[in-house]
Amino acid sequence: MGIIKAFKLGFDYLKYDDDGNVQETQRAVNDVNLDIEAGEFVAILGHNGSGKSTLAKHMNALLLPSEGTLWVDDMDTSKEPELWKIRQKAGMVFQNPDNQIIGTVVEEDVGFGPENMGIPTDDIWKRVDDSLEKVGMTAYRHHSPNKLSGGQKQRVAIAGVVAMHPRCIVLDEPTAMLDPNGRKEVLKAVRELNQAENVTVILITHYMEEVIHADKVYVMDGGDVVMQGTPREIFSQVDTLKKYRLDVPQVTLLAHELRLSGVDIPEGILTTEELVSALCR
Amino acid sequence: MIRDITLGQYYPADSVLHKLDPRTKFLGTMAFIISVFVFHTMPGYAVATLFLAGMIILSKVPVKFMFKGLKAIFLILMITVVFNIILTPGEILWKWGFLKVTKEGLSMAGRMAIRLTYLVIGSSIMTLTTTPNQLTDGLERLLRPLNHIRVPVHEIAMIMSIALRFIPILLEETDKIMKAQIARGADFESGNLIQKAKSMVPLLVPLFISAFRRANDLAMAMEARCYHGGDDRTQMKPLKYAGRDYVSFLILVVYVGIAIAFRVLGI
Repeated sequence: MGIIKAFKLGFDYLKYDDDGNVQETQRAVNDVNLDIEAGEFVAILGHNGSGKSTLAKHMNALLLPSEGTLWVDDMDTSKEPELWKIRQKAGMVFQNPDNQIIGTVVEEDVGFGPENMGIPTDDIWKRVDDSLEKVGMTAYRHHSPNKLSGGQKQRVAIAGVVAMHPRCIVLDEPTAMLDPNGRKEVLKAVRELNQAENVTVILITHYMEEVIHADKVYVMDGGDVVMQGTPREIFSQVDTLKKYRLDVPQVTLLAHELRLSGVDIPEGILTTEELVSALCR
Repeated sequence: MIRDITLGQYYPADSVLHKLDPRTKFLGTMAFIISVFVFHTMPGYAVATLFLAGMIILSKVPVKFMFKGLKAIFLILMITVVFNIILTPGEILWKWGFLKVTKEGLSMAGRMAIRLTYLVIGSSIMTLTTTPNQLTDGLERLLRPLNHIRVPVHEIAMIMSIALRFIPILLEETDKIMKAQIARGADFESGNLIQKAKSMVPLLVPLFISAFRRANDLAMAMEARCYHGGDDRTQMKPLKYAGRDYVSFLILVVYVGIAIAFRVLGI
């Protein structure tokens, strides 16, 4: 069984009136089935309001399913009495770098998670040194987070999650508020974690360029998972993606248009190199 | 301009006082403040002055920073002195209408002035040599016994340290909102006090909304990182008394002992 598995997962946002009665319900996630294997790099794509962030929050037990079940490392999130055990297995990085850093010094922030888990002091230091090293932020350990760039802050946040030794990291649009350089930094750190440490990564995003290296891609729209497969399978369906208001990477789009106008190249080209070799064939 | 504000008045330097445990400094400051009220004669104040001067030298903080704090209490100091001079009954030195200056009043005023000044300088030494975070940590440990009477000490300390982290962020945000409003023709500068206060409304509303949003995000991020209150929590940088702290306590005990001896002997 995979590290994260969802069966017929559904979630409603409830709107209450002044007396605390449910006024209306809004379906955010509908009948989602997932099976994510340990060590995979999974991307979840979707337009605003597609339910992808809601789904992400389920993986960390920040939200509990209204219907269906979600297992994290064989623990049922709606039945586990100590939710923080789940949160330790599945760490989460959020969108806004400023709003998730708790410490006033970088290293103290990285130590916050282990402190909460009751790790002995010496081990905390080891974990902090280790995780700062992994995201390449050791040089900034005594800095104030306020003085760092967005990409650096986000890497600190990732280090803070890594220090908890999770089996899987859920990143909820970690690059949405960053400039292109910061975006590259963060993605590089995430990919290295996935490859070197074999940490399962679930990347939620609406930037197509970030998902071409993923092992598996899920596309969400209106609370449903509407497409799933490898990046190549997904991006070969340019017109379906457009229907869900998603862009494909520019190279893929170019290849698609070329194919439509009669050039003999395969569908689902993801990188410039592939396109070049397909054209020169 | 608004970003230049630094919180607290920490002066970074490498001194014995900077390295002391915040709890030692806090208790030391308390002991010093008590001593200033225990002493009531000139030789006593001389001892306190010596002690204070010693601390200032040890702290390696320029003296002018110590006196900065006095500016804030100058008015209170003046009022205290004036009231003490004219309202203390005793041997009359000078009289004008119902106002009379007495010998006892003068000495009382002098004493109060010395006490208030030393009190402020004494606590300045603490805040100048301790970062706000260390202070919060120290207070959390010192007040931990209050947990037994259900005072949420850990939570209060957590609130304080989060506030410290977010003050610069919110200041930056205020600056941003202000500029955005000015760009659209808002006027924060002119008008009388009431008009100025009114012009702050379009600044405060978005600021509050954004603060609430941040609080919500932060709470979620803290929960995601397993925060579940102060129970079963370990510390990355636990406070530990070192040799220098024990020496400081010894000095403090001797100093307070002298203060009490002076009082008992009536010197």
